[in-house]
Amino acid sequence: MKKSENPFYDLSLKKRHAKTKRFKLFTYSSLLFSLAFLLFFIVDIGIKAFPALNQAYVYVDVTYSEKSMRSPRVAIDKKYKRIVSRAYLREIPKHIKQNPSLLYTTVKKWVLADDQVDQYLKGHYSKLKPKDKIFVDKLKKNKIIQLKFNKTFFSNGDSKVPEFAGILSSMIGTILTLIVTMLFAFPIGVMTAIYLEEFSKDNLKTQIIEININNLAAIPSILFGLLGLAIFINSFGMPRSSALVGGLTLALMTLPIIIVSSRAALRGVPNSVRQAGFAVGLTKVQVVTGHVLPLAFPGIMTGSIIGLAQALGETAPLIIIGMIAFIPDSPTSILDAATVLPAQVFTWAGMPERAYIEKTAAAIMVLLSILILLNSIAIYLRKKYEVKW
Amino acid sequence: MVKNTKVQIKDLNLWYKDNHALKSINLEFKPNTITAIVGPSGCGKSTFLRSINRMNELIDNTITSGKIIIGNKNIYDNDVDEVAVRKKIGMVFQQPNPFPKSIYDNVSYAPIKHGITTKGIECDNLVEHSLKRSALWDEVKNKLRDPGTSLSGGQQQRLCIARTIAVSPDIILMDEPTSALDPISTEKIESLMLELKKDYTIIIVTHNMQQAARVSDYTAFFDQGEMIEFGKTDTIFINPKEKRTEDYITGRFG
Repeated sequence: MKKSENPFYDLSLKKRHAKTKRFKLFTYSSLLFSLAFLLFFIVDIGIKAFPALNQAYVYVDVTYSEKSMRSPRVAIDKKYKRIVSRAYLREIPKHIKQNPSLLYTTVKKWVLADDQVDQYLKGHYSKLKPKDKIFVDKLKKNKIIQLKFNKTFFSNGDSKVPEFAGILSSMIGTILTLIVTMLFAFPIGVMTAIYLEEFSKDNLKTQIIEININNLAAIPSILFGLLGLAIFINSFGMPRSSALVGGLTLALMTLPIIIVSSRAALRGVPNSVRQAGFAVGLTKVQVVTGHVLPLAFPGIMTGSIIGLAQALGETAPLIIIGMIAFIPDSPTSILDAATVLPAQVFTWAGMPERAYIEKTAAAIMVLLSILILLNSIAIYLRKKYEVKW
Repeated sequence: MVKNTKVQIKDLNLWYKDNHALKSINLEFKPNTITAIVGPSGCGKSTFLRSINRMNELIDNTITSGKIIIGNKNIYDNDVDEVAVRKKIGMVFQQPNPFPKSIYDNVSYAPIKHGITTKGIECDNLVEHSLKRSALWDEVKNKLRDPGTSLSGGQQQRLCIARTIAVSPDIILMDEPTSALDPISTEKIESLMLELKKDYTIIIVTHNMQQAARVSDYTAFFDQGEMIEFGKTDTIFINPKEKRTEDYITGRFG
């Protein structure tokens, strides 16, 4: 059939379709672009973090004696003195105190190696002297030095000695802080949303409140740090650097997010549900708790978890209230000085020693894993409790 | 109060902000009858229906004046709680709106909250009775734990009627209960209404003239917030007094 005979032939269509195709290509390439960034970031951090999984250990005789209680350096053979970690040696008197039966014995065991040895084994830049390098190579050949799984990273707090530094104290600090945040932000946020959505009348007063809640959500987080400093530390006299103050400060920051998302979730519940409840003579609280909240629950949970995830990654306000402190020992209560994962990343990133690079990357990976976990929980909850209408 | 009157409306006025939605309505509803309220869209018939169980109070900025007397008591008196009014006067809506709960819980939720029944065999009986009364029992007796929303539209509407019956009201208000349903479901609801008339006073708002003619004993015609004409359904449909009523019923406007 000729073009002229085709009743559906339209000259302009070819051009219009080409435009559609180009438009689709633009949108698609934008997607690829952002994905490429994300992928680059994850792969780069992942490659940097991977070596932190292992740490160099050396198999040596450790002599527990009264002398080594006083000066731990003598506990090991002199030729290993630049090989074994200083931080490990410092711990020897503590080991003896904890376990007195060790005294007057010599144990052959795997002990933590110095960070320079560790970096040399991993092929990174190392400040080891040439003769030490040859010595390490020899030990490696004899399997007296090995890279083993890095338990220290997960069981220790921060340390100025890189091979001895771990994320345990900042993990516990993060958990305590987030518990405080949720205990305050969740009930207050949800209750506020219920009041605004279910009880208050729509007038000038509520409109002003609404605008201000939205403003609050957009305030730079560092200002919340100043607010927390002024209110919780200066006025109430709560302990500085503590998970309590950090949690409350983050709660202030998370509150508007929870309020806004909970209100959206409550507004999403069809009005017919409320009317049905009132029409059979239920009171407001019976309608809200019995019918509206269960329907709004997935939305409220999703919003709260996203707020929590944001609080998890927040650093700026916590710097202001002193949670950037050097915390070698894990906090035991919310009143102890603590630090959090992102603050730990910040501290390590500024350290001069090369060995902190992989620690920083590994801490970032842990932080990202927790974030991904939280977001997955949010998606799971939304899918599971979503009511189809 | 005249004997043999269930609901007496005296000089009822209602404003939404500046909009005078109901103008001096006077009406009486007799017990065990079905009264249809008809009229063009926006004439205030749904508003009127909602003022009988004080549902209009859920909307901000509404002002009501006048009296609605039920059992010698004005329901707008200060010592009357609107929750108690709504328990005595049930309501079925245009869109079936079961609670997002199981079929069983849909029926039992309100009676338990009102203390009419307690969980257990007593409650089971009430649920069964209510569902039988609303002609739904045979269709759902084997799936009482399924969600109410899993039923078809017509079944959902009968579930809503069962839910209303379960709190044993005196009066049932129906706001276009079949407008979202197909003819077969509509027929079921209509015959159910005729059945329920024996125990309850029913007031129904409808857009469907044939439905009003089929089920109702009395008909009230509303236009622009006013009650134009009220009388026996036969009279209104065959021999209306007012020109506007005749025009509407014969389909010349509305």
